[in-house]
Amino acid sequence: MAGLDEGTPLFGQVAERLAAEIADGGLAEGERVPSTNELAAYYRINPATAAKGISLLADDGLLEKRRGIGMFVAAGARRRLLAQRREQFAERYVRPLLTEATRLGIDRGELFALIEEYGQFADAPGGVTV
Amino acid sequence: MTPAISVAGLTRRYRDQVALDDVSVEIAAGSITGLLGRNGAGKTTLLRILAGQEFPSSGSVSVLGGPPAENDHVLRRMVFVREDQAYPDIKVCHALRATSWFYPNWDAGLADSLLADFGLPPGKAIKKLSRGMRSALGIVIGLAARAEVTLFDEPYAGLDAVARQVFYDRLLADYAECPRTILLSTHLIDEAAALFESVVVIDGGRVVLAAAADGLRGVATTVSGPVLAVDEFTAGRPVWNRRRLGSQASVVTVGQLDADRRARARSLGLDLAPLTLQQLVVHAAGWPAAPEAVNLEGTNA
Repeated sequence: MAGLDEGTPLFGQVAERLAAEIADGGLAEGERVPSTNELAAYYRINPATAAKGISLLADDGLLEKRRGIGMFVAAGARRRLLAQRREQFAERYVRPLLTEATRLGIDRGELFALIEEYGQFADAPGGVTV
Repeated sequence: MTPAISVAGLTRRYRDQVALDDVSVEIAAGSITGLLGRNGAGKTTLLRILAGQEFPSSGSVSVLGGPPAENDHVLRRMVFVREDQAYPDIKVCHALRATSWFYPNWDAGLADSLLADFGLPPGKAIKKLSRGMRSALGIVIGLAARAEVTLFDEPYAGLDAVARQVFYDRLLADYAECPRTILLSTHLIDEAAALFESVVVIDGGRVVLAAAADGLRGVATTVSGPVLAVDEFTAGRPVWNRRRLGSQASVVTVGQLDADRRARARSLGLDLAPLTLQQLVVHAAGWPAAPEAVNLEGTNA
């Protein structure tokens, strides 16, 4: 199960991995996605699980089937995935940040200052190495 | 789809001991199923009955459409690899050749490449093999037989983690190439969990859980955090296990949590962690209530 987490169903994780790769441009639109058996062998999971992950994305219209050849990244898939990620950004990153800040008694002013400070590091060549 | 294996009301008694108690279960054709449970739960008895090596006290067994016992038509399409399989005093290559005569789909090329993967010398006498290497031989036979129904009963005694990974990888690769019904009993649940399409958990001779493996994640959740918050969150919900350390508590609660409940947990400062298959089996096995009480909705989603 190379690199998959416990928790969310495995097929959901397979779908997430593929979606992330499409969003990052690793899998270009129009490119063939790995087959069920290739995914199963790579992640060391049951092929039926891998197939479920693929069909999750296909049902969303992010992948399209070409009969006899395999699954391909649909046109516009990357744009849609990036838009989705934007929508989820606050929930996934900002909320836990605020929760932990509250727990530690870091007020908003301090928090904004921290973001400013780290933002400068991150923008600098080489990025943050902390 | 017609199940490859179907048992109904299966009971096996040994004098005053009940090894299997009214077991009814179906195994879908072409799936890899995990048969899970503690030692002595009845896994081996069930597999031996499926392989026609033992008779039920009552109930019915059907494998590939017929009863397996003394049924050549079924037995030639089925392979059973036992834990600590005993072999006659012959060489590895002779054992493989003798087995190949019995199985119509035997793949000699596959057997050779598996021998190489496990580092199993074909010319060596079986009685001189280590325990792990004897297990590897059983695995080679089980896979190379390419039988429609493949039963593995804890097939890896003495095999180290690397060799077990070879087994899992080759099992998946060969299953992809030649899909068939595979039933694998194991107590190494975490490392084998991702192989399974469905799982059957037995405890004390009874089936306590039979479900699609993917749907089991999320069936139960460990809720941890401050005692008061944990108690508030889990009030009125079925609970499997409760532990406490100082002002912190950790409770296993049963049932899917919807988005509202998850948001509530976050606002209470609670951590939610879904149970792994291994943890689920530990709790399911020790849980006296009927398995129906486990909410498996969405299992086939």
